[in-house]
Amino acid sequence: MTAVELAGVAETPHPPGKDLVLDVRDLRMRYGSTDVLHGVDFTARRGEVLALLGPNGAGKTTTIEILEGFRMRSAGEVSVLGVDPGRGDERWRARLGVVLQSWRDHGKWKVRDLLDHLGIFYRAYATERIPRPWPVDELLDAVGLTPHADKRVHQLSGGQRRRLDVAVGIVGRPELLFLDEPTVGFDPAARREFHELVHRLADLDETTILLTTHDLDEAEKLADRILILAGGRIIADGSPDELARRVAGDAEIRWTRGGERFVHATADATGFVRELLTQHGDEVQELEVRRASLEDAYMALVYEQESGARAGAAARVWQQGSEA
Amino acid sequence: MNPTTAAVRAGLRRGLIELRNTFTNGQDLWNYFFPTVVLLVTMFFMRGSTVPGTTFSLGARTLPSALGMGLAFGGMLMLASQLVVEREDGTLLRVKATPNGMLGYLIGKIVLLSTVAMLSMLLQLLPAIFFLDGLELARPGAWLGLLAVALLGLVATLPIGAVIGSLIENPRNLGLVMLPTMGLIALSGIFYPINGYPGWLQAIAQVFPIYWLGLGMRSALLPDDLAAVELGGSWRHLETVGVLGAWAVLGLVLAPVVLRRMARRESGSRMAARRERAIQRVG
Repeated sequence: MTAVELAGVAETPHPPGKDLVLDVRDLRMRYGSTDVLHGVDFTARRGEVLALLGPNGAGKTTTIEILEGFRMRSAGEVSVLGVDPGRGDERWRARLGVVLQSWRDHGKWKVRDLLDHLGIFYRAYATERIPRPWPVDELLDAVGLTPHADKRVHQLSGGQRRRLDVAVGIVGRPELLFLDEPTVGFDPAARREFHELVHRLADLDETTILLTTHDLDEAEKLADRILILAGGRIIADGSPDELARRVAGDAEIRWTRGGERFVHATADATGFVRELLTQHGDEVQELEVRRASLEDAYMALVYEQESGARAGAAARVWQQGSEA
Repeated sequence: MNPTTAAVRAGLRRGLIELRNTFTNGQDLWNYFFPTVVLLVTMFFMRGSTVPGTTFSLGARTLPSALGMGLAFGGMLMLASQLVVEREDGTLLRVKATPNGMLGYLIGKIVLLSTVAMLSMLLQLLPAIFFLDGLELARPGAWLGLLAVALLGLVATLPIGAVIGSLIENPRNLGLVMLPTMGLIALSGIFYPINGYPGWLQAIAQVFPIYWLGLGMRSALLPDDLAAVELGGSWRHLETVGVLGAWAVLGLVLAPVVLRRMARRESGSRMAARRERAIQRVG
């Protein structure tokens, strides 16, 4: 992961410049008398992959739908590719890709026909830098649907259908791609191929990607930066590594010596192991160092937020830490 | 190419693809053929009866009326139900996420439904020629009149269908539109002249397009003498154009507003909520 760049992001929460693809400040959403979002802030730069995590009902879908221009916000400043999504025109729309959760539309269409047809709408929006649409054969190949190109959509399996959803989302070569739980229903091989596709989009085509997932392992593999949304606020913003380190600083070290089992928790795992090996050398067996995982960090942060909210004082320890 | 032109072209192409898809789908073909067969069988048995006060075959009078009814069905109810169903399955959201996608979608639907309506008409008309006497198909004006009424009928009914389809959220509620339409057919003199009905029932029938589509088709395909047994004793061409035109204007004014409102409100979470309800309905 690109830790060096991320340090820079942490220092300046709103870096200026044209590379800023997403700029969300103090975004608020209220349904009736219920506040769903209480001031969400984050940014994304070109080519960055962001994972938006959070418990169900935290406001992830609402946030994404506001950014997609499918829902009006109550308050706050939002800029998506330099445009307010509430006033985005078709030219702006052509620069976005949207993959929502499990659709079952166009069942009678052949896979190739559908991609070919939807691609036509983007042709007029091609630029010198970005040829649009993505040629159908290449696209089918990129998502692994070439053998199924002439099948009807309703004949596809769940995983194939999902890959078609992704293909539809990227047929216009979006500069910004929204992925809502993209790999639900994928088998491990399809999941790995999908991860490679995401890396390819981000690295080669400089596509900025905002994805939501409940799979923390996936978030860790894909995302340059992780945002945790809980209780209508972003309670954490950083690389997976940073999050894990910041929240649960201690690593756990296990080893056996003379048939006896030891466990030790420390922030400086490398130093401790060096010391341990110098002192006991060959006697140390089955050495294991376990860093705090993203999952540990996620659970700790969400728990902290929820218990803080219950106590009436939102615990914003993490944000204070990152802004210091 | 200009993006709007591109979308219009894509829409035309969309219509053609959907036509190919629907004519290669067994279920859809059954839905087209079955009512046609029922209708033809009905007319076959009506061919011996006569229109009251004449010696003209009642079956031959019913055929053009039924063609008019078919247009109203094809234009209004098919578009309405497709909009409702395709809103629920995510087609409209997909289209909304595509630049100028809504324009392309609507053009595609117009191409699809007009073609299906025209083909259904031919499907009913051609076999009927062989067992019904009295249709004046050799008259040069007949086919022209048929085409003119068909086009006017589509312009009058498609926008209304779009409005109905946008207002209904739940596919279950389509029945709320189907039922009154069936009643209206009974009122509109499709299968039997309504001269004997009380005046107020005749008035209601003459507000809606079905009556006028039936009348227009009859005027195109039947001998002129039969105008005598219509209300007012004439084909009333001016009134036909007037009423159908008024529906067309009303629809074309309302449809863009209602469609835009419907499209604006469409989002992933609304779809998810609808799906939840659908699952609860089944479970």
